[in-house]
Order: sequence, then structure tokens, then C-alpha cells
Amino acid sequence: MKAMCAKFVSQKISKTRWRPVPPGSLQTAETFATGSWDNEENYVSLWSIGDFGNLDSDGGFEGDHQLLCDIRHDGDVMDLQFLDQERIVAASSTGCVTIFLYHQNNQTLSVSHQWTTAHCHTGPGSPSYSSAPCTGVACNNPEIVTVGEDGRINLFRADHKEAVRTIDNADSSTLHAVTFLRTPEILTANSIGQLKIWDFRQPGNEPSHILSPTGDRVPLHCVDRHPNQQHVVATGGQDGTLSIWDVRLGTMPVSLLKAHEAEMWEVHFHPSNPDHLFTCSEDGSLWHWVSSTDVPEKSSLFHQGGRNSTFLSHSISNQANVHQPLKSSWLSTDSAKDRIEITSLLPNRTLSVNSLDVLGSCLVCGTDAEAIYVTRQLFS
Amino acid sequence: MEEVDGEPIITLIPGVNSKKKQLCFDWGPGEMLVCETLFNKKEKSEVVPSCPSIYIIRKNEDFYCRILRKLFNESHGIFVGLQRIEEELTGKSRKAELVRVSKNYRSVIRACMEEMSQVAIAAKDPATSSLFNNQVAILSAMELVWNLCEILFIEVTPAGPLLLHLLDWVRLHVCEVDTWSAEVLGSENPSKHESFWNLVTALVLQGRLDEARQMLSKEADANPASAGMCRVLGDLMRTMPILSPGNTQTLTELELKWQHWHEECERHLQDGTFAPSGHLESLCKIMLGDEKALLEQKQQLSNWYHFLVTRLLYSHPTVKPTELHFYAQSSLDRFLEGDSSSEPLDNILMAAFEFDIHQVIKECSIVLSNWWFVAHLTDLLDHCKLLQSHNLYFGSNMREFLLLEYASGLFAHHSLWQLGVDYFDHCPELGRVSLELHIERIPLNTEQKALKVLRICEQRKMTEQGKVRSICKILAMKAVRNNRLGSALSWSIRAKDAAFATLVSDRFLKDYCERGCFSDLDLIDNLGPAMMLSDRLTFLGKYREFHRLYGEQRFVDGASLLLSLMTSQIAPRSFWMTLLTDALPLLEQKQVIFSAEQTYELMRCLEDLTTGRPVHGEPDAQGLQDDDIETTKVEMLRLALARNLARAIIKEGSLEGS
Repeated sequence: MKAMCAKFVSQKISKTRWRPVPPGSLQTAETFATGSWDNEENYVSLWSIGDFGNLDSDGGFEGDHQLLCDIRHDGDVMDLQFLDQERIVAASSTGCVTIFLYHQNNQTLSVSHQWTTAHCHTGPGSPSYSSAPCTGVACNNPEIVTVGEDGRINLFRADHKEAVRTIDNADSSTLHAVTFLRTPEILTANSIGQLKIWDFRQPGNEPSHILSPTGDRVPLHCVDRHPNQQHVVATGGQDGTLSIWDVRLGTMPVSLLKAHEAEMWEVHFHPSNPDHLFTCSEDGSLWHWVSSTDVPEKSSLFHQGGRNSTFLSHSISNQANVHQPLKSSWLSTDSAKDRIEITSLLPNRTLSVNSLDVLGSCLVCGTDAEAIYVTRQLFS
Repeated sequence: MEEVDGEPIITLIPGVNSKKKQLCFDWGPGEMLVCETLFNKKEKSEVVPSCPSIYIIRKNEDFYCRILRKLFNESHGIFVGLQRIEEELTGKSRKAELVRVSKNYRSVIRACMEEMSQVAIAAKDPATSSLFNNQVAILSAMELVWNLCEILFIEVTPAGPLLLHLLDWVRLHVCEVDTWSAEVLGSENPSKHESFWNLVTALVLQGRLDEARQMLSKEADANPASAGMCRVLGDLMRTMPILSPGNTQTLTELELKWQHWHEECERHLQDGTFAPSGHLESLCKIMLGDEKALLEQKQQLSNWYHFLVTRLLYSHPTVKPTELHFYAQSSLDRFLEGDSSSEPLDNILMAAFEFDIHQVIKECSIVLSNWWFVAHLTDLLDHCKLLQSHNLYFGSNMREFLLLEYASGLFAHHSLWQLGVDYFDHCPELGRVSLELHIERIPLNTEQKALKVLRICEQRKMTEQGKVRSICKILAMKAVRNNRLGSALSWSIRAKDAAFATLVSDRFLKDYCERGCFSDLDLIDNLGPAMMLSDRLTFLGKYREFHRLYGEQRFVDGASLLLSLMTSQIAPRSFWMTLLTDALPLLEQKQVIFSAEQTYELMRCLEDLTTGRPVHGEPDAQGLQDDDIETTKVEMLRLALARNLARAIIKEGSLEGS
């Protein structure tokens, strides 16, 4: 594992996102966007990890990422997503949602569209207008879904001025994260530990399904869907646990894995290699999880000594489905712990790692210590 | 009290009319509020808004410099790492580790310096440029002092290697030589270059004799007449005994050899070997440590500490650490030649040569505009166990005092406050109280930021002091103001704040009474054990459960739950009428739901309420009678109860009979 390349950037980084590469191309990731928070002036910035270093005579800075351009952003950047290669959607703590346009020819960013009051507190008794932070964005070009502390869900289209659909009071608590599940369906995670599935085809303001674990209500801060199996979802909780859910089954997570010591801020499946998963946390750690199916089912059964019957039935059903290679390694329950390998990617942790993103063999993460870390050899 | 060490600096606040001499101010943790006042006894009645502005004075200007922020952030990581070493390492490895940490700090300063000087070069207007150049000079001085402290206090270099370290120190900070060297060697005919001899002299002054020899050989090639002399001088340079790191020879051996070499140089000078060439002769004089010859090169030496090191190299190569201050003082005096206006930097370095750590830190504190340098250096020296004996007459020891000052400065910054937390953590005496005072002043504009602040408090077990509760309460209040009751309830549950949970539950019930339906069911239906936080919350949860049972047509379960809410006194008395009204449709059902005994209980509840006996002193019951609608409601209830009782008695009687 090659060491991470760090750069201090004089602003606390809240989000880091790779710019997508054209589909089907063999290009590797080379540009990423970051958003800052808690500054008097916050910025959305674009960086390149291109080989500028080689041009440098001293050569010592090879692989150091360079700032391409940046633009002022009103309020903290709460979330950041690429809509396509040129457009970035940013969520603000002022409740505003902005689409920034990246002009590659002259390396500038400009505001392409803005929904200024996408999230705000309304209703009887509350002040006429008070903004609510927008906490999450999910993009599925041309659709943009945003969620906020006001418990509202907005559906925007990049080419429409007004919101296509708004669900007020979709949640009584704060919505922390959102992701697309299947095309018209989205999944939201809230601060009382619930996952809700919403279907935009259905009228009314009720979720089509609620997954609500009983017992301790651990707030969920992030959610990511398995890239190939749309029913497999990973979430990260306030106590740092990683939960894997099968949204088709029941209301409880399939597995709960004790992970970080504080809030898990982001979880991401590797987009093309989903046996790999990445998490980062307030405790300043960044983890790489590998779940392998290579271990023969039988031997793991012997290791377990037939601990319980549910496991037995599970593994049998696995074998019955052997011709379905898509059975996710993340969904196997009891033996899961034995087959998951975890590596820590950051050497000495201090302040929170707020965000991470993976693309190909590249990983980028941003921290409250005002540093951006990049590695280009994730799998070597 | 000690005396003031220097005159306080006067800062003029732009926009404030200081001639009026009427100012009021208030101290904040890192900032100060200042405004003009109007204190005029004669015109008491007249209210003139003559002080339109309140000024915020920030004292830590450096925190707002983008480049210096990198210094603060990067050194924070090193600082935290250093505190961890404390427990793990002992003995030799510990010292090596401390030196490594010190080098890391210095490399951060240097990186910052390099970036700053690049910015200074790139700056378009001269004002900005000079501003940055000024910063570069300050950073450079910091690094110089730190490096010297590292050699003297952290590495505690013994005689012999001490001089080698000091030479490295001078080479690192008087680095124009390298630029010259590249320039001269790059030219077509180096030995004819106008700076050739200057360069050779500078190399000799820095003890870089190998390089000097190479230069001489170039001169020898170009000028066969002086080739012989150059060879002799080159040989002298080659044979100068020095202590190499791998060498095992003792100091006495070295001293003997050096003495011998010195005599040989002396002889060559006496014999006039180099007399034909002024340049070579003066080089030889330098190598003999001749003070006059050295002082002739003032331009090259550029400062007194370079003079000191060169002088030591060629006259006292085995200088002991304890003798340093003597040579330092005399070097300073000779170099400045009675010019008594010594710079602050000179005083700091001199204090270091005198091994007076406290004086070093004191002088640095006076001169530098922020606490970064002294706080980190003092902390490192403290880890070297050099400051144990020193206690201040105020607060805690010096290390802690400086760290607290630095951390408070960080906390006053809108973004760097997170770094301050770790510094407070490592102040055993006053760190925690300081953190408590500062942490509650962090503005919480988003829940995410609040969560980060909460995590800081929870990790430090500040729950007892009510910090966690007060933060949650702020958020809960905010949510209530924004009519986000579900959110407010979540926060009060997190804070385990029973009183606030009751308040929010009441709001829920009030909303229900007004609108006839519940909001935020996703939360109320999933309260779980949190329901036990307050009686009112329990009631809210149970009452909602009743509605669910009713909706599912589980009337019998619903009825007994409803009754138990009243009989167990969980339901607030003001709400009993609503509960009784809820019982009405159950009483009117075709089948009998309330048993006779339950009906009696219901009747008792109704009578309790209507007779207005203030059982728990709730005034609401009194108001009931006045209302016509209420009276009708009571009448209807009485009727329904009586009918239900009749039906129940018949049913129970017939069931028992059959």
C-alpha cells in the first residue's frame, strides 16, 4: 500500500468527490471537487492529480494535487455531487442548492442554476422564513434529490426552474442522507435510525416502506447502495457502526459491524469492485473493508462448528443459488465477520475525516485538519 | 508583580475617534469589543446616537493568514503525536524521537516559509510583497532559534560534535553561498568571475573546505603562477583534523592533531608561503582563526553568530557547551563593535547560548505576534524534562500557560477552534475548565457542527457539567421555534432532558387537540425505551398506542389502555376530558367493551373531574363548568356510561349465569 499524499489547503474540507470519467473510457480519475465548511468564506474547488510533478525540476512533489479553480459558496458545503462531467451540485447550510458549471477550456467554475430556498422552516408558529441546512444530495441525471434538516425532500430537474416534486415534513427528524435505489425510488436515512423508501410514482406524502430497527435508535449519517445489487444498502451510524441492509427483507439490518469510535460520516462501495467498501469517521480514521467470497462455504461452516441453525440454512440457500454469482458477499450473516478484512488507510489519526470518494484505483478524502489525502494505488 | 518587560504597543483602531478619549470596552476570550461612549453630564436629557459602531478587536491577526493556517494545522498533528510519545518511550529512543519531532516542526516552518516567499514573489503590488517578505523573515528567525534550541537543549550535543552541529546550523541559515556557487560555477571561466574569491572565502568561513579546495584547483588550472600556493593551501584544507561522526578518536587525540595542524598553518604564514597572493594569505589567516582577518569579512559573515561559529571552528574546535556563552558574548561585542543596539533576535540567541531557556521563551514571547512558536517550543522542551522547576506565580506552569494562551486564540477563530481542543486536553490543570468555557461559545449553525461539538464533550465526559445537555437544549429550542417538534423531541431524548421532553410532549398533545391528528408518527411510534424519559412522554406514547389499537379495531385492549392512563395518573388532568371523549365511541359500540367495573372507574374519573376537586391543584377543572359545550359533553358521557353500565351488567350477569 503506497502512502497517501497529503496536502494542507487552509480550509476544513467537508466533501470530496471524483469527477466521473466518460462511461466506457479507459481514463483514470484525475480531477476531483472539494467543498469547505465552517469558514468565513467557503469554496467549491476543483483539483487535478495530473502529473504536474514531473514537469517540476525538483521532482519532489510528484503526485501532489494542484488547484485548478474555485468559486465562493454561500454557507457550509454540506454535500457535493457530480451531475455529469461538467456540472456539480452543491448543498448549502443556508438551504440553497446550486449547480456549478465547470468550464474545462478556461478552467473556471460558474453558477449555472440555484434554488435558493430549497430547504426552509415553514408552518404555523415558525418565523415567516428561516432557512434550514440542506444535508444531502443525490443525482441521477437529470434528476436531483435533496434532503434537509427541515425534513423535506425535493425533487429537482436540472432543466426545470421550480422543484418537480416537494414532500414537506417527509420526516419528523433531520434527514441526513439520500440515495437513489431504483430509478423512481429513493432511500433516505434519518436521525432516529430509520431508512425510508420513497417512490415518486406514488402520490401522497408517505414513504412506500420504512425500515426501522427496534431498540436503540442510532442516528444514521450516511447511506450507499451496492452498485450492482440494488437491494443491498450500507449505512453508517452515529456510534460508528456499519450496517448492511437488504431492503427487500424485514426492517432490521442484515449485519451490524462495530467499526469506528465516533460518527461514520461516509460509506462507499467501490463502484466497479463492490466487494471493497470504504468508510470514514469523526474519530479521524479511514477504513478499507474487503469482503471475500473466495472462502469455501463448507470450511467456514466447520470453523463455526455449526453454531446455529440459521447460519446453516443460510449457507444452504447460498449453495442452492450457486449459479447466481451475484449473491452479495455482504449479505452473508454470521460468518461475515470471519471473512471481512479491514485495513486502516491513514497513518496517524487526529481530526475528523469528513468525506471520501473512490474511483478506479484512486481514493480521495478530506479532513477537519484542513488536509486532502489522495492515493492512486489503492489495490497495489 | 514583575516589572513590565517592554512598553506596550499602541494599536490605533481605524474609525474610532480617540481624541474624544471616551471609549468603553469589554474583553472576550480572544477578542475585545470597543465602542465610543458619550459621557456628558450636562446634556443628560439629550439622546444623540453619536457612537454608531461597535468594533471587534482581534488580537491574533496571524490566525487569519491563509498560509500560516497550514502551519497551525500541520503542527497540531505533530503536537498530538508528541503527547503520545510521552507514555511509550524511554531512554535513548526517546531522545531520538524528540529530535525527530523537533525536526518535523522545523520542516513545517520551512515549508510555510517557502510558500510565503513564493507568494511574496508572485505578489503584484509592493505593499503585499513586503508584507509577505516580512513574514518570511519572522518565520526564518523562528526556525533559526528553534534549530539552535534543538542543538543545545534537545540533542544536548557534547563538545566536538557540537561544533559540527553549529556549522550545519549556520550553513542552513546563511544560504546565499549556494546561489553564488551555482552562479560562479555556471559561468564560462569560474576563476575569473568577479565573485570567485568572495565565494571561496565564504566557503572557508562556513568550513566547507572540500568545496573550497575544488575552487582552488580551478584557480590553479587557470593561473599556473599560483598553482603551487594553491596546492599548499589545498593540502592544509585537506589535512585539517575534524571529528567525523563514525570516528572513534577521543577529543584529546583530536586536540593534539589539531594543534599540530594549526602550527603548520602558522609556519606557512610566517614563512610567507602565500605572500604573493593577498587572497590566499587572507584565507590562511581565516583558517588560523585570526580575528582581524575574520572581521574583515563582515560582509560575508553577515551576522555575529556566523562569526562566532567560524571563530570557534578555527580556534576552539572542541568547545564545550558550557563555554559557548563566553565566546558568544565576545563575538557579539566584537562584531557589533560597541554598537549597542542589539536586535531582539540577538538577545534570544544569546540567551540560548547562555542556556537560559526561560529567557529564550520570554524574549520570544515579547517579540512574536502569536503564541504558536513559544507554546510548541516550550511543550517540546518540557517533554525533554528541562522546565520542571519553573512555576509561575499565576495559573499553572509555563508550558500550560502558553498552551492555554495559544489554544484560546485558536478557539476565538471561527474555523480553527477544533485544533484548540487537543491543546486544552494536554493541559492537566486548567485545560478542562478552559475547554468547558470555550466550547459553549461555539456557534451551532448546523446540526452536523453541533454533533461535532457534542462528540467533543461526550468524549471528554462532560455530561456531568451539563455541557451536553445545554447543547442539546439549544438545538431542541431551535427546533421548537421552527415548529420541528419531532426533531426537538429527538434532541431532548439525546440530552435525557425530562423537563424539555415534557414541554415538547405537551406541544404534541396541544397540536393533537387542535388538529385531531398526530404529526411525526414515525418518531412517536418508535420511541422504545426512550418513552420512559418523562411521564408526559410516556403518556404521549401510550396515548398514540391507544389510537393505533383503535384504528386496528382492537377495542378491548384500547379501552383498558385508555382507562389505565387515567387511573395510573399518567395522563395530565387537563387531558382527561379528551380521554373520556375518546371513550365515547367505544361506549357506543354494539358489543360491550368496558366491563361493569371499568365503567365504574370511568364514572369515578368523570365525577372527579366535574366536581372540581382540585386533587393536584390543577385549575382547569374549574373552567369546565362555565362552558356550555363542556356541560353537554359531560351529559352525553354520563348517559353513555349509564347505558354501557346497564349493558355490561346484563352481559356479565348472563355470561356468569350460562
